[in-house]
Amino acid sequence: MAIQFNRYSAMSLAREALRGHAGWKEAWRSPEPATSYDIVVVGAGGHGLATAYHLAKNYGIRNVAILEKGWLGGGNTGRNTTIIRSNYLQDDSAAIYEKSRLLYESLSQELNFNVMFSPRGVMMLAQTHHEVRGYIRTANANLNQGIRTEFISADKVKRLCPIISIDGPRYPVLGALWQPRGGTARHDAVAWGYARACSEMGLHIIEQCRVTAVNSSGGRVTGVETTRGPIGCSKLAVVVAGHSGELAEMAGFRLPIESVALQALVSEPVKPCLDVVVMANTVHGYISQSDKGELVIGGGADGFNNYTQRGSFQHVEETVRALVETFPIISRLRMLRQWGGIVDMTGDRSPIISKTPVENLFVNCGWGTGGFKAIPGSGWAMAELVANGEPGNLAAPFGLDRFREGRFIDESVAAGVAH
Amino acid sequence: MLILRCPYCGVDADETELAPGGEAHIKRSGPGSTDEEFETYLFAKVNPKGVHFERWRHSHGCGKWFHVARCTETLEVFGSYRAQTLKPPKAIIDKIAGRRPGWAGGRN
Amino acid sequence: MSTRLAAGGRLIERSRTVRFRFNGTELTGFDGDTLASALLANNKLLVGRSFKYHRPRGIVASGPEEPNALVSLGEGNRFEPNRRATDTELSEGLVAVSQNHWPSLEFDIGSVADRLSRFLPAGFYYKTFIWPRRGWASMYEPAIRHSAGLGKPPRERDPDRYEHCHVHVDVLVVGGGISGLAAADRLSRAGVRVLLIEQSAHWGGRSLNDCAEFDGDPVDEWVNRKVDELRQRETVRLLGRTTGTGVYDHGYALALERVSEPEGPGSGVRHRLWRIRANKIVLASGAIERPICFAGNDVPGVMLASAVRDYVLDFGVSPGDRTVLITNNDDAYRTAFALVDAGLTVPAILDVRPVSDGPAAKRARELGIPIENGKAIAAVKGRSRVRGVSICAHAGEGAVLGELECDCVAMSGGWSPAVHLWSHCGGRLVWDPVGVMFRPDGNNPPRDAAGRSMVWPVGAANGQLDAAGAMEGALTGAADVLNELGFNEVPVSAPHIEADSGCPVMAAWLVPNGLGHSGKSKAWVDFQNDVKVSDIELAVREGYTSPEHAKRYTTLGMATDQGKLSNVNGLGLLSRALNLGECEAGTTTFRPPYTPVALGAIAGDAKGDLFKPVRKTPMDGWHSGRGAIWEPVSDWRRPYCYLSTGGETVSEAVSRESLAVRKSAGILDATTLGKILVKGRDAGRFLDMLYTNMMSNLQPGRCRYGLMCNENGFLMDDGVVARLDADTFLCHTTTGGAEHVHAWMEEWLQCEWWNWRVYTANVTEEFAQIAVAGPNARRILERIGGMEVGSESLPFMSWTSGNLGGFEVRIFRISFSGEISFEIAVGADEGLALWKALLDAGEGLDLQPYGTEALHVLRAEKGYVMIGDETDGTVTPQDLGLNWAISRKKKDYLGKRAQERPHLNHPDRWKLVGLKTVDSGTELPSGSHAIDSGTNAHGHTRMIGRVTSSYFSPILNRTIALALIERGPERMDEVLRFSTSNGVVEARISGTVFYDPEGTQLNA
Repeated sequence: MAIQFNRYSAMSLAREALRGHAGWKEAWRSPEPATSYDIVVVGAGGHGLATAYHLAKNYGIRNVAILEKGWLGGGNTGRNTTIIRSNYLQDDSAAIYEKSRLLYESLSQELNFNVMFSPRGVMMLAQTHHEVRGYIRTANANLNQGIRTEFISADKVKRLCPIISIDGPRYPVLGALWQPRGGTARHDAVAWGYARACSEMGLHIIEQCRVTAVNSSGGRVTGVETTRGPIGCSKLAVVVAGHSGELAEMAGFRLPIESVALQALVSEPVKPCLDVVVMANTVHGYISQSDKGELVIGGGADGFNNYTQRGSFQHVEETVRALVETFPIISRLRMLRQWGGIVDMTGDRSPIISKTPVENLFVNCGWGTGGFKAIPGSGWAMAELVANGEPGNLAAPFGLDRFREGRFIDESVAAGVAH
Repeated sequence: MLILRCPYCGVDADETELAPGGEAHIKRSGPGSTDEEFETYLFAKVNPKGVHFERWRHSHGCGKWFHVARCTETLEVFGSYRAQTLKPPKAIIDKIAGRRPGWAGGRN
Repeated sequence: MSTRLAAGGRLIERSRTVRFRFNGTELTGFDGDTLASALLANNKLLVGRSFKYHRPRGIVASGPEEPNALVSLGEGNRFEPNRRATDTELSEGLVAVSQNHWPSLEFDIGSVADRLSRFLPAGFYYKTFIWPRRGWASMYEPAIRHSAGLGKPPRERDPDRYEHCHVHVDVLVVGGGISGLAAADRLSRAGVRVLLIEQSAHWGGRSLNDCAEFDGDPVDEWVNRKVDELRQRETVRLLGRTTGTGVYDHGYALALERVSEPEGPGSGVRHRLWRIRANKIVLASGAIERPICFAGNDVPGVMLASAVRDYVLDFGVSPGDRTVLITNNDDAYRTAFALVDAGLTVPAILDVRPVSDGPAAKRARELGIPIENGKAIAAVKGRSRVRGVSICAHAGEGAVLGELECDCVAMSGGWSPAVHLWSHCGGRLVWDPVGVMFRPDGNNPPRDAAGRSMVWPVGAANGQLDAAGAMEGALTGAADVLNELGFNEVPVSAPHIEADSGCPVMAAWLVPNGLGHSGKSKAWVDFQNDVKVSDIELAVREGYTSPEHAKRYTTLGMATDQGKLSNVNGLGLLSRALNLGECEAGTTTFRPPYTPVALGAIAGDAKGDLFKPVRKTPMDGWHSGRGAIWEPVSDWRRPYCYLSTGGETVSEAVSRESLAVRKSAGILDATTLGKILVKGRDAGRFLDMLYTNMMSNLQPGRCRYGLMCNENGFLMDDGVVARLDADTFLCHTTTGGAEHVHAWMEEWLQCEWWNWRVYTANVTEEFAQIAVAGPNARRILERIGGMEVGSESLPFMSWTSGNLGGFEVRIFRISFSGEISFEIAVGADEGLALWKALLDAGEGLDLQPYGTEALHVLRAEKGYVMIGDETDGTVTPQDLGLNWAISRKKKDYLGKRAQERPHLNHPDRWKLVGLKTVDSGTELPSGSHAIDSGTNAHGHTRMIGRVTSSYFSPILNRTIALALIERGPERMDEVLRFSTSNGVVEARISGTVFYDPEGTQLNA
């Protein structure tokens, strides 16, 4: 059955405007689940949807269902601070995040959905000599990794971001690692755009469908039990971020993952005053201004296991304090809303894209505080793993085996730990 | 913003006085352990959505480490006890069982 | 027109005129006015522009729920955007300007968006601006950013102070209306410690405008009496102008007190953030009236019915001469009565209910106010102010039955309990079909640490909208809380309040019920963000059907009022569009804060010098006086170098200082080094586990360099351990590592080896430590005298204690420079005196103070590793060639098992070597990577190592570097290529010791 989807364009918008927008079709369909699929993806967040999208797009596999326990994009995809960058130190991180960033560059066109990728530039402030050294090291590594970054002077920081106080008494700005093609995107649009594209290719997006058990036979996955009945599959891709531990437990193994709450907030909207993304790791805060005018601020994570998506206060306090010190003009702006997102932290704070002890069960998780920027690349690499049964170059370093071997991909070494 | 009772000094301590220390009752694997044992020791976490036994330090207080039984989904606290023990005290286990009928007891 | 009435106004003081400016025009109001009431008194109906379409916007509410009347307040460094006029108290000289328009409020170019609004429905931006590929960031986005954003940002540093206050109470009562007062009264009578907060400057809440009598007396008498009684109780604290902004886990709550607003020079604290720990929270936060969705409901002059009567009764201001009322409930009739009492005209009450025959309707009829049952508004006439309404049947599609001339429309779609604080921490809501409202679900309350109910909603916040019911609920709730807290109740008698017996409210999400698309696209749900009924229907049509999707797609409820007026209407309309039961679509989550909180108030006093206090050594002042350039090292600051007078550059200073150490003598403030005392019968055994090498066999009087790894096998810290006596060790750590290492020790002692007899103390700040290094070092100590410091009595890697020129000291003969060196520890209070004494003794011996950079140059010349430079958390001692400091005899130490893993023993690991650039003058920056001709798995240039430290060595007159290189030690003398931001640099691999490899200087 051919599905009629609207093509989005200024023309179609104008056409619909003249008839009361009555002709818009649903962005994605909500079919009843079939009894089985070639591949079931658990989790319709950005990573799960991108995985399914690339399974269909890159490998022509369309008998795919994406199961979501709530509403799609309702986890960290819709709760993050939308920063996109690839200025990572380690080769393997740099490769997947840059792949992802490159996919973002043309994602709106690819999905025919404006995800508002805005490469406004990301700067990571160096506020100690230690950070200066760390960021110069990263910039030099990026040079070899084909990623355009540079270490810029404090003066250039001030030119790019006039509201920054570079001579703060405690932590003067000594320079910054600058990625001019880093930026932000509209988080919900990424999930919706992928969902629409998946649906258009005939994939089944099944919301309000919680997985309650993983079925396997002879060490090989056969399907899942869900709140909407059993669903069989030949391959199962688990892409559920902070809930990966629960799913792994259902399948009978453990993951090196801990789920903690990461705090974020937005201010009331004001006219543009901050045209770049600024990350200040010494003082634990990152900030950008959304197209609506809100300052979007990311803070620290609680250090204890937490599955509530509630806002806490002490990390917000710490972050806001640091940002008021760094951006003195924001003192009289107001916090509009704060919340917590459940992030999945691995032993080396790098993600897992891996086979598991259960045959044909694959996991993609552990993106921690930095998953949004990785969505397209993660989907690409995960689709490759699921389709072939073996990881490609992008995913290979992120296997579970690395923890046993001690082969960590540790990004915290280059001064900054926040994503 | 949690409040946990330090079993040493008896203070109901604010989260800002405390430092979290992850899963409790992990058995250290040293030389002689298998690769799997060692990996489990360092990395495999129970990470339950529910009752979690975990370590805390009263770092801006008496400095002592202690253990807490806490629900990660509601943040309900079932009790705290000294770190110098290999398993949770029975009183706390009983309390959890009372508050969470059907609780499997974790995999500690 | 809106104007000041000749009489009335409960809150204003007509004898005191207040002058203020709005958009440059000088206006006057009265003491007690809000900015909103004063603007209305001056016939300023149009006060702003909406976010998306730049539609004209007028005041719609009378409290913090206001979405429209946002102005920029103040000037210069006290400029503040997006202030709500409705809860800004008027003050002399106040300056306000309206927002989000250009060139002016009345004529706004941006309102072209309104003309094009049919092309700009919800989410239009997702469907267009896609091509050209770079067009979004270069063209469309800048235009959108410029158009959005409401007020302008401040430009200057905020001069005002904000403070935090911590308070612990048994019960926090949020809301100073009759429910809050009654609950606080009952609780405090029983002896409970109560904090009662009220967001406005006045107590009594809506009761003063909405209630008749308590016990036959005017309501204000009861309110004043209760407030007086509460003030007199020692266990009660009342805070006005204080908003409960958030409820967090385990009874934590935040409240923001506006201490001095408006603020001016010398006004002290502006806001006070109360950080509250409450055992229980009584939520008496009242309810918020809902607008009604009809075509044209956003035209300035359309207001909430409750707001209209507030302006009349509180401020003596009439929002209009002729006010048409549209309602689905009885409460709004009070507005008609207030207007008529004030001598104003109410041409009609349009009551969408088919029948209204309660006392309110009866009284309206008695007053001669026409009631039109089953009628609704088909359209509002006027663009920037209301000129009239056309009337239709509610049941139909809006066929016009007649027209009414009016200049104000008062609307009431019923009331929603202010449940925000209930929801913040997980309290669920339940739909009440009778009250047509979401109210707290008593079965799913927010819970405290013990899993018990933490928040008690009472009064209107609990859905009890009538005064009698609210009072009863408040007293019952207080009794429940007393019971929970284990307090004995003290009997109180409730005042007698006439019960409301009215006609029930009727759900009316869309008015008229069958309004067509064109009307729906003029019926606003969210006034600030320009979300219309048609947008919600569009969201549903496109499948954005979960409340969160609909909210995010349309931006409903995401404006600065966070949906206080729009959320429930939006959910009602969403459910309607989905053909579900009333509000069955669910709810969205309320997030803190209840009303926005200044970021400055969150930061509090922790700014400037108090942002992060600096740790200073006892010699800090001396360094300052000698031209120290500071470097922050963890929380400390240390001299990077000392600039001598006469225009010396930093690099010249570093050269001079390092040469002094090599050639004569240098003196270094080493106080910041961590010092941890480890004592007890098992101290040696413990340190054997902590360090990679053996410490238990160290003899008293001797020192040994030790390495500490984490359980992953990576190097964590290093330092010299001195054995003070059989049971006591003094462990030196890096400056940044002291606290961490001490905590690390305690963790192992308490959690793993708790039966070992070991005690630790971090004594870092007890001692000042001074290094005197260089060929003249010994002579300097000898000049001071008092202790034997010769190489026989005090050989390398030993320590001694004694009296050095009157100072009780320990002297450690250890070195981080390769020169003969003495580290002298003295009680911190004597640090400065000893420092000066040593400098005096160095007179004529070219003794120079040196800073951290010279220290680094000196250690690099000797190939000594620096934690944080050569290490980064992924480097093992083996990588650094420090195998000599790893005991082979020990069965176990922290990190040993990890170091047995395959990856940590891989032959290709990057290992420490020295580097000399082929051109001795070329600098090879730290952080440069060695590259070879191959590519890695990702097709990128293969990196085979990195420079960890790089310095110009003055003594060698060339650049030197340390690096971690793949199989480095096997590639001695090989020339490698390094990529730097300035091109490729070639360097030759060498040993790590560049200077005095035989160690003759050290053992002199």
